[in-house]
Amino acid sequence: MTIQASQLAAPRKESPALDVTPELLASLRLADDAAYDELVELLGGRLYAVALRMLGRAEEAQDAVQEGFLNAFRSFDRFDGRSSLSTWLHRIVMNACLMRLRTRRRRPEQQMDDLLPRFLPDGHQTIPSEPWRPIDRSGIEHAEMRQLVRSKIDELPEVFREILLLRDVEELDTEQTAELLGVTISVVKTRLHRARQALRSMLDPHFSEASA
Amino acid sequence: MTDKPCITCKELYEFLADYLDGALVPDQRREFDRHLGVCPSCVAYLDGYQRTIAMSKEAFGPADEPATGKAPPELLKAIREARSRST
Repeated sequence: MTIQASQLAAPRKESPALDVTPELLASLRLADDAAYDELVELLGGRLYAVALRMLGRAEEAQDAVQEGFLNAFRSFDRFDGRSSLSTWLHRIVMNACLMRLRTRRRRPEQQMDDLLPRFLPDGHQTIPSEPWRPIDRSGIEHAEMRQLVRSKIDELPEVFREILLLRDVEELDTEQTAELLGVTISVVKTRLHRARQALRSMLDPHFSEASA
Repeated sequence: MTDKPCITCKELYEFLADYLDGALVPDQRREFDRHLGVCPSCVAYLDGYQRTIAMSKEAFGPADEPATGKAPPELLKAIREARSRST
């Protein structure tokens, strides 16, 4: 996957106040050492948080951020200014994370066909859905819920997991996700819907009132 | 004349994301709402689908981000050293 400067909306929780000033950008283009340090200090924390969400492991997240910054340092001449520098770097770091996710040796993936709803010939669902019970968001159940959801997302087949992470966790929009992954908007929509349905199926035994 | 919805559960599931995105035309949306009015199973499915989206966000929420909002010092150091080696 090639890294290109391009329009990409603000990453999750971006603060405009953290963006790069024109003066800093000018210094970066001159390969000023202090400017590089300032950029890393300014954006390193936010990009590390992104990588940690995507990869879930501190050491891997640090490697991805380091790789992202080094790629950026070598590519400032390709930064065309159509997006903000922080957005451009966000894209580069996410690319580095995606590459790592694709090469990571993971637990066995679930078969998507087994996780999608099934229907009778008349269009009704084969097994009717039951309501989910409320979750106590203040205590240990909430922490367990987060851990459970993460582990289930990890079991999704890779192409569905990527889409879910980019759209529902990183909150990129459909067009940005399509551009980052090099697929069509239609593919993003279809995969996202299936990913959510599959994840819902995996979570259902844990939250359905019928299984309580 | 009957109030029975024109769409099936299967059709509702296929266009669920568009329904939540507000991307359906008014006639389609009306049919969705009519179906939901008479089908508890689809109401339960829709609720679980929305909660799945919300829980995905929560699962990777602020609790996993550095409290200071800053990168770990060792990361800053590693980037500086790697840059020095590459120049």
